[in-house]
Amino acid sequence: MDDKPAIRIRDLHKRFGDLEVLKGVSLTAHPGDVIAIIGGSGSGKSTLLRCINMLEHPSAGEIAIQGETYRMRPTRDGSLEPADRRQVQRIRAQLGMVFQNFNLWPHRTVLENVTEAPIHVLGQPRAQAIVRARQVLDRVGLGDKADAHPVRLSGGQQQRAAIARVLAVDPLAMLFDEPTSALDPELVGEVLGVIRDLAREGRTMILVTHEMAFARDVANRVIYLRDGRIEEEGTPEQLFGDPQSPHLKQFIRSVM
Amino acid sequence: MRNIVTQMMMPHRLVMAALALAGLVAMALTMQWDWLPENLPRLWDGLLMTLAMLAASVAAGFVLALPLALFQVMGPRPLRWLSLGFCTLIRGTPLLLQLWLFYFGLGALFAQFPEIRDSWAWPYLRQAWPYGFLALTLSFAAYQGEVMRGAFTGVPHGELEAARAMGMSPWLVFRRVWFPRALHRALPTLTGEIILQLKSTPLLATITVTDLYAVITRIRQTTLLTYEPLLLLVAVYLCLSGILILGLRWLENRVPTGR
Repeated sequence: MDDKPAIRIRDLHKRFGDLEVLKGVSLTAHPGDVIAIIGGSGSGKSTLLRCINMLEHPSAGEIAIQGETYRMRPTRDGSLEPADRRQVQRIRAQLGMVFQNFNLWPHRTVLENVTEAPIHVLGQPRAQAIVRARQVLDRVGLGDKADAHPVRLSGGQQQRAAIARVLAVDPLAMLFDEPTSALDPELVGEVLGVIRDLAREGRTMILVTHEMAFARDVANRVIYLRDGRIEEEGTPEQLFGDPQSPHLKQFIRSVM
Repeated sequence: MRNIVTQMMMPHRLVMAALALAGLVAMALTMQWDWLPENLPRLWDGLLMTLAMLAASVAAGFVLALPLALFQVMGPRPLRWLSLGFCTLIRGTPLLLQLWLFYFGLGALFAQFPEIRDSWAWPYLRQAWPYGFLALTLSFAAYQGEVMRGAFTGVPHGELEAARAMGMSPWLVFRRVWFPRALHRALPTLTGEIILQLKSTPLLATITVTDLYAVITRIRQTTLLTYEPLLLLVAVYLCLSGILILGLRWLENRVPTGR
């Protein structure tokens, strides 16, 4: 394995106007790490995740993906913005993000959703992309839905299709932004099952989730974010079995 | 295709078709149609002119509508105001007035410059249809610009975000996701706008373009018939609208987005 961390975040700050949602977060994910980020709403966990692929621009701090640091430049209002759009695009193509609302493209079939990035971003030949797409669709259990349009799928199927879309580019790391929060309770299991399999396979993942039992099950490291700072981090056993901070104790009591 | 056939077989459509057929039979039997065969070539030319003006102005107008819409959605402030001003001006004034301003105003203005009169463009600029084309195009662009502005803003942000997160460049996001999604959302309105545009083409006759309406008017003058030519005109416009509606609806139904 590569000795460079897959993701390294150093002293990340993010400010929306007067509101500072991240107040200096540092985090390193090595290849194969599955890191669960937990915390109450407004703790900044989604923002942190979205900074990793520059969907949000950090106000200060540094992010490196497999040793390559995003080149940033100051903006007029004292924040930062990417200085090199092509670099951002190149790095994003190696990170896969799964969204709370799936965000599939409804004007394309499931198969076309999955082949879109391999063909148009990575420049793979269409035939090769289709073969690969069918493989990943089989993996998430949607082999028979390849030619359906996303609206014809259930929420759980849509989210699995979104995971397949990300898998098709064979990402360096996968970012999950509350992947089951928009699902009906009976559909959560099938999506978590797919994510669990990927985790066992050794994929690098950062997972923002409200599913504590699941985080405990699949993560090798858990981070408790509170009020824009990492209040506690460690193995799932440490955090869930023996939480130190009173806030975390209360948080775990309230959600479990 | 089967979809369209079943749609045609719905009860209210069958009744309408039967009524139309009865009307046609009555017209054929009781009215005077002997002028039709000798005028067919002229009618055909007029129809072609109508269709050419419709197709050209819709195509050019749509191309022009895209920047008008995009500037309003994400352009720098001066461009945003400029597009908004253009759309408001064109949409706020009668098309007839615009046609006359271009034809009588611009046409007369061009004629005063020897540079223009001697240029390669003059053989075109001394005819009426370029001014008609210009006016129809600008009008369609203004209306469609407004429609596309709404369609662009209406595409869910998350879909664009997903595209960016896959590493797409802004241009690729536009070409593969934003534009096709907006176009699909705008299709129902686009159908209506194209039908309206079809029904605007008779105005061209007022600036001496010989479209179908102009041909019919001339036939009415020579044959001294009041109704028959007009009924033919009604039938042709109805057929054209029908074909347009069916074609565009077919396009729309190809993508189920559950909207």
